[in-house]
Amino acid sequence: MKKILDLTQMKQKKKGTVIAVAGGPNLKKRLETLGIRKGAEVTKVSAQVMRGPIIVQVVNTQVAIGFGMAKKIIVEVEKESNIEKLAVKNEKDIITG
Amino acid sequence: MKKILLLGNPNVGKSVIFTRLTGTYVVASNYPGTTVEFTKGFMNLKGEKVEVIDVPGIYSLEPVSKAEEVAVDMLKEGDLIINVVDATKLERSLNLTLQLLKQNIPVVIALNLWDEAGHCGIIIDVAKLEKILGVPVVPTCALTGEGMHNLVLRLKEAKANTYLKRDQERWTEIGKIIQQVQKVTHRHHTFLEKLGDASIMPATGIFMAGLVLFLSFQVIRFIGESLINYVFEPAFNILWTPLMLKLSLILNPGSFLHKILIGELFKGEINYTASFGLLTTGLFVPLAMVLPYIFAFYLVLSFMEDSGYLPRLGILVDNIMHTVGLHGLAVVPMFLGLGCNVPGVLATRILEGKRERFIALTLMAIAIPCTAQIALIVGLIGKYGAFGLGIVFGTLFIVWLVLGLLLNLILKGESPEIFVEIPPYRWPYLSVLLKKLWLRTADFILHGVPWVLFGVFLVNILYTFRVIKFIGQITSPVITGVFGLPEETVAALMMGFLRKDIAVGMLLPLNLTMPQSIVACVVLAMYFPCLATFAMMIRELGVKDTVKSIFIMLVAVLIVGTTLNLILSRLS
Ligand SMILES: Nc1nc2c(ncn2[C@@H]2O[C@H](COP(=O)(O)OP(=O)(O)OP(=O)(O)O)[C@@H](O)[C@H]2O)c(=O)[nH]1
Ligand SMILES: [Mg+2]
Repeated sequence: MKKILDLTQMKQKKKGTVIAVAGGPNLKKRLETLGIRKGAEVTKVSAQVMRGPIIVQVVNTQVAIGFGMAKKIIVEVEKESNIEKLAVKNEKDIITG
Repeated sequence: MKKILLLGNPNVGKSVIFTRLTGTYVVASNYPGTTVEFTKGFMNLKGEKVEVIDVPGIYSLEPVSKAEEVAVDMLKEGDLIINVVDATKLERSLNLTLQLLKQNIPVVIALNLWDEAGHCGIIIDVAKLEKILGVPVVPTCALTGEGMHNLVLRLKEAKANTYLKRDQERWTEIGKIIQQVQKVTHRHHTFLEKLGDASIMPATGIFMAGLVLFLSFQVIRFIGESLINYVFEPAFNILWTPLMLKLSLILNPGSFLHKILIGELFKGEINYTASFGLLTTGLFVPLAMVLPYIFAFYLVLSFMEDSGYLPRLGILVDNIMHTVGLHGLAVVPMFLGLGCNVPGVLATRILEGKRERFIALTLMAIAIPCTAQIALIVGLIGKYGAFGLGIVFGTLFIVWLVLGLLLNLILKGESPEIFVEIPPYRWPYLSVLLKKLWLRTADFILHGVPWVLFGVFLVNILYTFRVIKFIGQITSPVITGVFGLPEETVAALMMGFLRKDIAVGMLLPLNLTMPQSIVACVVLAMYFPCLATFAMMIRELGVKDTVKSIFIMLVAVLIVGTTLNLILSRLS
């Protein structure tokens, strides 16, 4: 299952693929220079509180992107399937209990 | 003369390579945007003298800041390009490389940070890359100088226009090239990377930022105080005083030359903060009061710069910076401004637009005192403990914030968002760090101390001709009436146009009360930039905007000075 989100909605540590940049050619070009373009794989590293910058990892560079800009970057993420969730839960149970 | 340009992405080592090639030192730090203007140097190429030019880093040939404009403009002048490429970020770097290969100017590629690529498990087939691009590709490690000789040898093989595929296909082409030449082996996260992640998580990040700033402050204070108490003051008292007393006898107290060189004696003794001669106060203030703090401040700043912490701090405070119309990256000019406003003003070039630069410059000139000034403020107010210093710096911080809020509200436009590459953490390379520290300290001695001496000389002349008394009487309605300061402080305010440290120093012998000292320090810090900063502001903002900025400054100082005087005189 796939899910379409913008960068700000993405969860921490999750990986996604950029499918579109919802902005003008200037924004696209600017994002491109640091490797954020259609097809690029990004991993979200962290997000600052109160609509602060979003930090993502692209190839082996970390990039800080202002909140508004990050909203315009649309990514596709693999949705956690129920089976996976269960597996994680079980694992936790085993560790804790 | 042939001109060689050093072009490449930001933070790839262009400036270190420039220093290696020309022997001319330029500042290099671990964050994008260290270099904001071009520097020229010379190199000998088989008996021929050629010019080498270090320029700001760019991601593409379409500039997004003043600094990047400088670089793109330089392109017209170049006869040869050394394209410096970050070997750990080959894919992204090639975007610029492929553009440069179409510019009709011969190119050679320096594959820098080769050592780091090795540590990251990145393997690049250099021969193949060279074949695909059609120009020499030389692996280099600028820090140690490895590969530099080879780079110079191969300059003659430079070629232009070797890769003419269409722009639209650039990223597809890059993808293909990478597949052919690069292999990445898997490896585990290093300690530095984990630390890097922790310092940009909101919770741990803010905690670490607090810790870093607190420690920096303590280290600066400890080093500064120790140097003063155990090195410089004893040196002056034990070695210099006897010499001066001998000179005093020869010159004969009361003579004009004695007044200029030694100044006044108090009960036959020299008082280094009050005598006000060129060889007494003129040397003591810059060398024994300011220099130790300059050294300590730049030591700590260099660590922050070279480790890569500064941009991370910027990201954490991005929100705060937005309230004053700037974004997180503006911490870089602000921090540099705390050392000396002149490089701080220059560093605002990394900000995107005119509006941000105006705000940043105005805030810096009004509310960011330089280290030299801070050192003297500590000397004057430190005796009242943390309370007095807290009021001075707290007031300046509030002014910074409120003024920023107002400017952000009033000025048309919006603050752009941060978009910046975070450099990897690196252990500072000691010899590089010490060199930078030494050059910044030397810069203060060479350019700061003469101005202090000139200022002391000028004050003596002005006193002798009673100019200061005259101006004091004219300005006393404001100075005494509004700020509650004695007439004599006018001399300090006049000196403030020239240099702020010695200006604060002139308050030392006046026996001001605590409220007076505080008001005087705040007013001196705010009311006008020193001459060097002023000249820099005109250069960067133009006359019209500088006048605006100065107007805001004068209004602000009147309001703040009056209010502070009212509150403090009530309290005491
Ligand atoms: N390990 C390693 N570090 C390097 C090398 N070259 C440069 N550095 C470091 O990388 C950082 C950036 O170097 P600079 O010379 O300031 O980079 P620049 O390309 O001039 O950067 P901008 O002026 O911001 O465009 C500094 O901290 C250098 O010490 C290298 O070959 N190996
Ligand atoms: Mg540089």
